[in-house]
Amino acid sequence: MSHATGVKYLKDGVLPHMWCPGCGAGTVLGAMLRAFEELDFKNEETVVVTGIGCWGKADDYLVTNALHTTHGRALAFATGIKAFNPRLNVVVLMGDGDSVTIGGNHFIHAARRNIDLTAIVVNNMNYGMTGGQVSGTTPAGKITSTTVYGNPEREFDICALADAAGANYVARGTACHGWELQNSIKEALTKKGFSLVEAISPCPTHFGRNNNLKPALEMIRWLKEKAVPVEQYDPLAHPKEEGYFPFGRLVDRNAPDFNTRYEEIRARAARS
Amino acid sequence: MQREARLIQGNQAIAEGAIYAGARFYAGYPITPSSEIAEECSRIMPGVGGMYIQMEDEIASIAAVVGASLAGAKAFTATSGPGFSLMQENLGLAVMGEVPCVVINVQRSGPSTGLATKPAQSDVMQVRWGRHGDQSIIALSPSSVKECFTLTVQAFNLAERFRVPVILAADEIVAHMRESFTAPAPGELEVVDRKKPACPPGQYKPFEAGEDGVAPLAAYGSRYVFHVSSSMHGPDGYSNNSPANAAWRVAQLHRKIETHRDEIVMTRSYYTGDGCDVLLVAFGAVTRAARAAALEARKRGVKAGVLQLITLWPFPDLEVAVLGENARTVVVPEMNYAGQVAGEVRKALGPGKDIRRVNKFNGQIITPKDILEAVM
Ligand SMILES: Cc1ncc(C[n+]2csc(CCOP(=O)(O)OP(=O)(O)O)c2C)c(N)n1
Repeated sequence: MSHATGVKYLKDGVLPHMWCPGCGAGTVLGAMLRAFEELDFKNEETVVVTGIGCWGKADDYLVTNALHTTHGRALAFATGIKAFNPRLNVVVLMGDGDSVTIGGNHFIHAARRNIDLTAIVVNNMNYGMTGGQVSGTTPAGKITSTTVYGNPEREFDICALADAAGANYVARGTACHGWELQNSIKEALTKKGFSLVEAISPCPTHFGRNNNLKPALEMIRWLKEKAVPVEQYDPLAHPKEEGYFPFGRLVDRNAPDFNTRYEEIRARAARS
Repeated sequence: MQREARLIQGNQAIAEGAIYAGARFYAGYPITPSSEIAEECSRIMPGVGGMYIQMEDEIASIAAVVGASLAGAKAFTATSGPGFSLMQENLGLAVMGEVPCVVINVQRSGPSTGLATKPAQSDVMQVRWGRHGDQSIIALSPSSVKECFTLTVQAFNLAERFRVPVILAADEIVAHMRESFTAPAPGELEVVDRKKPACPPGQYKPFEAGEDGVAPLAAYGSRYVFHVSSSMHGPDGYSNNSPANAAWRVAQLHRKIETHRDEIVMTRSYYTGDGCDVLLVAFGAVTRAARAAALEARKRGVKAGVLQLITLWPFPDLEVAVLGENARTVVVPEMNYAGQVAGEVRKALGPGKDIRRVNKFNGQIITPKDILEAVM
């Protein structure tokens, strides 16, 4: 059997992409498109909804349906699409700024509503597009272009947030574990209800440069060291304070999704 | 929908008008004085195969409306001042992406939370210019319960016809007023659906306008695959930052409205058949006070007439000019401080005209007496 390449979802003549050398966005896009291919997604039945940011430009490369939205609001647009036509595969691509900083309210409510969307968040721990400013996921103490003396705030754990808000599926991956990431995305795409894949990604141009991880390889090495498969993750052996984190499938539930619930409402309305 | 006469509220007529026009998707966030529209839709929509979804805020509400519209729905939302302010950025996306949708803005007194339950007409300029960047939209304003219904149908028709957001700028008075109303029979009012592409799927370009300046719009999930973007884009919907493309795009967004102005602009005149010395230019609920004032003025020997602006944007400048030209005095009563419509009337009639403003901005309606004082 030949391996999926995902190339058929790429627009002709758009490569090389615009992302910086060492950025993880291209790897995440590749993993997503291979997952699309393995699941035999049709362009007609697929809508990729993007936010605004480096990762939010991913739709430029795709030949599926797409809606490029406003900063932070992609999930709300996607909610309207999926709610009205539940047969569509709706995939939402957002940065960490998009998803849990400016768009945090939509994020928790999409998860609570358990609407059948797949959110793929590239978490590069800062605002890549606008020059590396602090984000809601920048770890405390880290340097960014707007926290030059260190970040006084704490960071969000995106996966924990989605879990607490009621997502049916939550996985964390990294841009340095392409195969695992592809599998997580595939699981998320097949899961009914709200699913989230967080892909931790190097941003050598901004975050790396500001935090002594300047060569792209340094950040990749750092991610390889700190990311621990969830099956092997032991909080005592892998202290959070030292930057360790588990990756893989973190949450897997089967609560009814929004559209299924709404069908019950329609049936009730018809009886009344 | 019942066909006998009922005593219903403007907000209920708006909800029923939307259903009549074919709306099957409502996303919103409750706010006085528009909440009855949400409540009605939550009750009606699931029973007609439609959907009501209460979003987490108004930013999300208009976003969901845009998403549903691109999936093929006739979609709308309703709000008031604070919520309308929150919608502006994503309403701009609807302009840029040429996404048909309807926003009901039941105007209330501001600024900010203001007098949350009291009427105003102070969003006229926000309706037109509330979003950043060059953009063009359509706005209508109802003066009665019946018009709440018929203009909601019109709003959907214009949105579908021109691929543009249409704002129904109602006010708290018409929204909460109850009048006897008989719903039109199906087919009695025209209902317009968006033009769909007919070309082979591989050739579809979602922003390539035909002769009439409006491109056909496919739906996500149909045979046609397409891109819609908030960023500057070419006819195929993909990013395109070239100056020539940007100039074409921005002009096209305006021209599709400008060149069809006569199809969009609606006014109604009262007591102007014999010409009038005093012309009252009014819109929304204040039209009613203006009509009463004109009749009273005529009793007192002043030939007064009323021009009701049903379409607010594009502004009915020609209609104002035609009737206003021969009038000695033009009076513009409106529930805002700055004379938002009076300024447009001034533009239409020039600096020499005797234009009198009647402005009330304390949450109370303008009465016939208030207007008569300016007329006599
Ligand atoms: C309402 C609004 N505020 C601010 C911006 C400017 N802006 C564009 S992208 C961005 C941050 C992007 O960061 P993130 O979402 O993490 O994505 P990344 O670029 O890192 O992929 C900001 C602040 C905007 N486009 N819209």
